[in-house]
Amino acid sequence: MSTETDLLDFARGPALEAALIILVFGMFWRLVGVLVLRRPRDLSEPRVRHAWLGGIRTIFTRMWPRREFRPRILHWEAVSYVFHFSLALVILGLLPHILLIRDITGLSWPGLPTGVITFAAGVALISLLALLAHRATHPVLRQISNFDDYFSWLLVFTPLLTGLMAYYHLGGRYEDLLAVHMLSAELLLAWLPFSKLAHTVLFLFSRGVTGTIYSRRGAQT
Amino acid sequence: MTSTDTQFPLELNQPRLSIQKPEPRYDKQGEMADTERLDRAMRGFVKDFGATAALYMESCVHCGQCAEVCQYYVQTGDPRYTPIWKLEPFKQAYKREVGPFAPFFRLFNLKRRVTVQELEDWQDLIYDSCTQCGRCTMVCPMGIDIASLVGLARHGMAAAGLVPHELWATVERAKREGSPLGATPAVLKDRIAWLEDEHGVEIPLDLERADVLMTISSIEVMKYPQSIVALARIMKRMGASWTFRSEGYEATNFSMFAGDQQGQREASLKLIEAAIAVGARTLILPECGHAYQALRWQGANLYGKPLPFRVLQIAEYLAEGIRQGKLQLQPVQNSATFHDPCQIVRRGGATEAPREVLHALGVDLREMDAHGAYNWCCGGGGGVVTIHRADPLRYKTYQIKMQQVEDTGAEMLVSTCSNCRQTFDDGQAHFHWDKTAQSLLELVADHLVTEQE
Repeated sequence: MSTETDLLDFARGPALEAALIILVFGMFWRLVGVLVLRRPRDLSEPRVRHAWLGGIRTIFTRMWPRREFRPRILHWEAVSYVFHFSLALVILGLLPHILLIRDITGLSWPGLPTGVITFAAGVALISLLALLAHRATHPVLRQISNFDDYFSWLLVFTPLLTGLMAYYHLGGRYEDLLAVHMLSAELLLAWLPFSKLAHTVLFLFSRGVTGTIYSRRGAQT
Repeated sequence: MTSTDTQFPLELNQPRLSIQKPEPRYDKQGEMADTERLDRAMRGFVKDFGATAALYMESCVHCGQCAEVCQYYVQTGDPRYTPIWKLEPFKQAYKREVGPFAPFFRLFNLKRRVTVQELEDWQDLIYDSCTQCGRCTMVCPMGIDIASLVGLARHGMAAAGLVPHELWATVERAKREGSPLGATPAVLKDRIAWLEDEHGVEIPLDLERADVLMTISSIEVMKYPQSIVALARIMKRMGASWTFRSEGYEATNFSMFAGDQQGQREASLKLIEAAIAVGARTLILPECGHAYQALRWQGANLYGKPLPFRVLQIAEYLAEGIRQGKLQLQPVQNSATFHDPCQIVRRGGATEAPREVLHALGVDLREMDAHGAYNWCCGGGGGVVTIHRADPLRYKTYQIKMQQVEDTGAEMLVSTCSNCRQTFDDGQAHFHWDKTAQSLLELVADHLVTEQE
């Protein structure tokens, strides 16, 4: 066996397993580390009963900014949406991805034509570049950005790029490119629980909590 | 270092009440070593750190949207004023000391230890340039309640003696005299006697039993006494059994703004105990935004059990009276716009009550472009109106509000918070503006259907 297929076997086998274990336990650790802290009962008289329903509602309503806020944020919000949608299409629509997910979870669904996926991947890459340029130039984003922001960006960008390269057989043997693609995606999975990328899970909790607190007061969420 | 007592005279001739301007400085209270100051800041900060705050600290994705809705960033373009950035030292401290990965952060020194110098540098971000209005909370795509985190950061700053001088002195006075603005029980008694005499109204003080315990903001006592007269007229018309009590009348709670939890609790307990003592079924909070936040939503939690009475802001009580047919009002002939006090509406949920009252007054209500929960702050909340060095910045933020009001084309500007009101008065004087903020309470009192006595 050549070293190249060794690398691919490594990416498909132990590396994938390790990444998934780190992903699950890391995320578990982060959530438990937060949720075990004090959660004192709010003793004030609620204006609205069953405020948790408002929490659930807020998880959805915060998906899109309110009319009052749109003029200043909608353009970049839209770019961010384009990125998130196209990334979701690539991750969940490509047949090999679906097969991998089926192997791990037993769930599966029909794939999308590869033409759609490669287009979505291209859109995701371009929107990511635009978002990076925005982060690197906007005074607010420059002020608040740290290593996590740029490294996380890189770890999302790389699997998209290497995936496209593998598909088009650009820059190397298919097996090598596929191995690099898989390894980069595994690095992303392993990094996710420790970084801002954990927002993939955390948004449910933080939106839900604020939605519940404000609903309890009868306030808008 | 600053010390206590009457060396902080009041400015009674200015459009807003405050203590007189000190020399430029950055403010520290007490003598202690930097290490102790830092230690106190961090302990004060994490003392009440629960799962909710930790969740918020974990959730920020650095999208920067909070800046785009914050009056300080919008008016200055200075990225320092990004709401989440105002918490940076505390975020670092959280990640290093409390968070789920704190041991790693410490082991590899991934997050440096915060220094006293940094906390001093952040004083103006945590106090001068945040009214805790909570507009950023409404835009955050992760739903982080940044305003509540600023409240926690202030706990740390207060414990470390790093509160802006005037806010600190205001709190000291409140704790010493029972009122931040000199409205001591003796002054209140005097004022009430004078108002009763001058206006021919009855203002019950220290009745032994009453259904309603009335509370007051010392801003009203000292600057808007006509509000107390308005209150007396309305309560009489509603046939309410009510009283002020000299052991618990002051509804303002500047300790909450400063981050002094002990002081906040003591101020709330006075009101709670007074209400229980008179057997009140309802405690009414005056036209004061933060009083509502302090007692309506935080009071029971500081008391340690549910309150045995209702807590209503005066506009809620008026709306209730109108619904029950106890208040008949003459129509107001003008158009008006309503300024939503942040702590009552956005962060308090009493959005409809003041509008119900305005509706009953037959006002042609012209809402501002962003109103209700999305309203712009007057710029004076969060204790900011007390801080002199913050004035230039405050006037900048106030311009948003002026423009909003002007854009409605309404003849009158009405609100239901005396702290907003003095901020409007001060801004009006500064900009020679022709609009005066009016009190909803006084508007109602002025339009009661003629009394049959």
